[in-house]
Amino acid sequence: MEFIATQALTGLAGASALFLVASGLTVIFGVTRVVNFAHGSLFMLGAYIAWSILTRLPRDPAWFAAGVLGAALATAALGVAMETLVLRRLYRAPELLQLLATFAVLLMVQDATLAIWGPEDLPLPRPPWMRGFVLVLDTRFPLYDLVLIAAGPLVLGALWLLFARTRWGTLVRAATEDRDMVAALGINQRLLFATVFALGAGLAGLGGALALPASSANLGMDLAIITDAFVVVVLGGMGSLPGAFLAALMIGELQAFGIVLMPRATMVLAFALMAVVLMVRPHGLLGRKSVGERAEALGVAFIRPARAGFAWLVLAILAVAALLPLVVGPFLLGLLTEALIAILFAVSLHVVLGPGGMHSFGHAAWFGIGAYAAALAARDFAAPMPLALALAPIMAGLVAAAVGAFIVRLAGIYLAMLTLAFAQIVWAIAMQWDGLTGGDNGVLGVWPQGWARAPEHFYWLALALCAACVLMLRRVLFAPFGYALRATRDSPLRAAAIGLPVTRIRHAAFALSGAAAGLAGGLAAYSKGSVFPTYAAIAHSVDALLMVLLGGIQTVSGPVLGALAYTGLSVELPRATSLWRFWLGLIILVLVMVFPRGIAGMRRAA
Amino acid sequence: MSVLAVEGLAKSFGAVRAADDVSFTVAAGEMLALIGPNGAGKSTCFNMVGGQLAPDAGRVRLDGRDITGAAPGRICRLGAGRTFQVAATFASMSVRENVQMALIAHRRRVWRFLRPAAGECRVEAEALLARLGMADQAERAASVLAYGDLKRLELAMALAGSPRLLLMDEPTAGMAQAERASLMRLVRALATADAIAVLFTEHDMDAVFSTADRILVLDHGRIIASGDGPAIRADPKVRAVYLGED
Repeated sequence: MEFIATQALTGLAGASALFLVASGLTVIFGVTRVVNFAHGSLFMLGAYIAWSILTRLPRDPAWFAAGVLGAALATAALGVAMETLVLRRLYRAPELLQLLATFAVLLMVQDATLAIWGPEDLPLPRPPWMRGFVLVLDTRFPLYDLVLIAAGPLVLGALWLLFARTRWGTLVRAATEDRDMVAALGINQRLLFATVFALGAGLAGLGGALALPASSANLGMDLAIITDAFVVVVLGGMGSLPGAFLAALMIGELQAFGIVLMPRATMVLAFALMAVVLMVRPHGLLGRKSVGERAEALGVAFIRPARAGFAWLVLAILAVAALLPLVVGPFLLGLLTEALIAILFAVSLHVVLGPGGMHSFGHAAWFGIGAYAAALAARDFAAPMPLALALAPIMAGLVAAAVGAFIVRLAGIYLAMLTLAFAQIVWAIAMQWDGLTGGDNGVLGVWPQGWARAPEHFYWLALALCAACVLMLRRVLFAPFGYALRATRDSPLRAAAIGLPVTRIRHAAFALSGAAAGLAGGLAAYSKGSVFPTYAAIAHSVDALLMVLLGGIQTVSGPVLGALAYTGLSVELPRATSLWRFWLGLIILVLVMVFPRGIAGMRRAA
Repeated sequence: MSVLAVEGLAKSFGAVRAADDVSFTVAAGEMLALIGPNGAGKSTCFNMVGGQLAPDAGRVRLDGRDITGAAPGRICRLGAGRTFQVAATFASMSVRENVQMALIAHRRRVWRFLRPAAGECRVEAEALLARLGMADQAERAASVLAYGDLKRLELAMALAGSPRLLLMDEPTAGMAQAERASLMRLVRALATADAIAVLFTEHDMDAVFSTADRILVLDHGRIIASGDGPAIRADPKVRAVYLGED
């Protein structure tokens, strides 16, 4: 009994912290329709700023409250700066580009925080009043957790008053219902959006500051909180405050009990709950269809089949690629193998992203599944390399087919979020199922066998498999199936009216793309000799998106060029500067804002 | 026998009765116009026939086969082509590829993964475009067509399955006067030549009275009059609805 009570209270405390962050995220989304990755950065900044303030103040409750409030206000100001400099330019962009741009901001803030506060975790020494306990059913319960528990409902109540009783709140609600209508009525949208952003950012900063005494300010807290906050916002229904509160309670309790009952599955549970809810209620618990379903394709362009001479060009490129091991050194050869794998990974994403018009934000899931399938088959079942390599696309394709059945029915931001959630499930399983995956340490010692042991031989193998797979995918895209896929993207209405089985076509493309990414993962396992959870991490999904967008989303040549450029960039950038995340973020921002059609698209536009 | 037979179709949205006991038939080669003031229930009836909306009650039969509540794709394969009020075509494809796509869908050749699509149904697509006077535009991008040409392309795609029934929602919306007349003449010629039953809604009364064999007038979801042009013009109920609106 005591156990249940204390865990339930711990869950409530967690729910409050989550709600503070998620409420800001969902209010901002409701009005601006931007899903803001950098909301996690604001939470982190709130914690760091609070640390800087509170370590300089007297250690009593009144000063603590003042310091926390100061941190929240400072974060609100930073949020307004973020809105003015970046977000404001993105309001009309497709949601995938918004996700990427705000992820770029997150990268930049990470390095800025590192430069200002240093790499160490910064704990706040707890003052005596905070170390107190209260007795709940004969169990000592931390006083500070009660403060947290009270914060959630207090903020919900304050927000409710704000939205129900003030003219500004009425405007915010109206804008959430119908943004265009509010614009048409002559409301100053810039001011409205900026103030909404200030409120949301302030809530995130408040959450970060209040979370500080329970843990510490550290550089990993932005991504950790934002993935949880995404789950809460999507689970509750995007733009819905009561939904966010309900979902925060569910996730808070799920985590509090999960950590005791199923300690190895804590990270999986939240994402699994979100995935299940989205399958049954595609717009979340309290969300409505109208909000968040724009699903516009990324710049539909007129596509022509290759001209005569294309085949010769491909042959010439392949011949040069095949001769490269004779002239380059071992380091460059390894890099080239990596580039080949990146090309296959990027092209596989292009299939769903470009012609499919499905904005997946979790493509690394299939890469990760392929990599682990090959590595585990080799390690645990002593499978020979050809068999392990064959298993990679098969396993990834099968899982993509199973999960895709639910994913391809969604559109827009909900599709992006469900793919992200699924990739997080794969990542969490890889992290937490130590017995099978080795957790953080990964699976080691997966080396090529026999003939392929020599690096140049493995390079040739990778070249043959990647080239064959990329050329085959390209052929599929110009076959009736590929045209049909493009038709479902160009006009779902017309596609259905001429009798195309829209959902089945999207589903098949999703599974095919997953299988191809799985093969890339299997090759990566043998090329590196090891597999780590990072293969399925958000950052790796973002890598693939960047390759496709860098090269251009319209044609297969786009992701090929983009993967080459990005592989070079990812090697050179960390060499050139220690603040490489900052520069990568800046490059992404420029890419998204100035050249949304990529390298291949620039040529077309010129 | 009639190609399309609709019996007692009904649909409500909340308290609004958008269609109430609507019954009519369309014969092969016949053009039936569905008219009425804004909000009379034209689009609702139309979408229930085309499969975009499921009716609350009533039956829709195509060539004697019950298609009530069937999905648009199935209704299309059973012999109904359709055009939309705002033309919907595939922007990333050429005019010819748009028609090829419709033919590929009809012949169920979608699940071909390796053979280039360029050669699939190409001759038929070109013949169809020639018939609609669009042969010289075959290689242009669908996204750069003038609106009148886009509507003709849509018509070509709707005809790709050799339909028995053609459903056209506001076929001349957004077109200039001269284009409207030429499009309606084209539809009339195709309907007569291939014995296609045509059901269309239309705001432009010139297009209605000059092409329709029969006219059905809806008001508040109910049929208030039906007959040929002169009969409808003389009908007191119709005059009340239309003149009262002015």
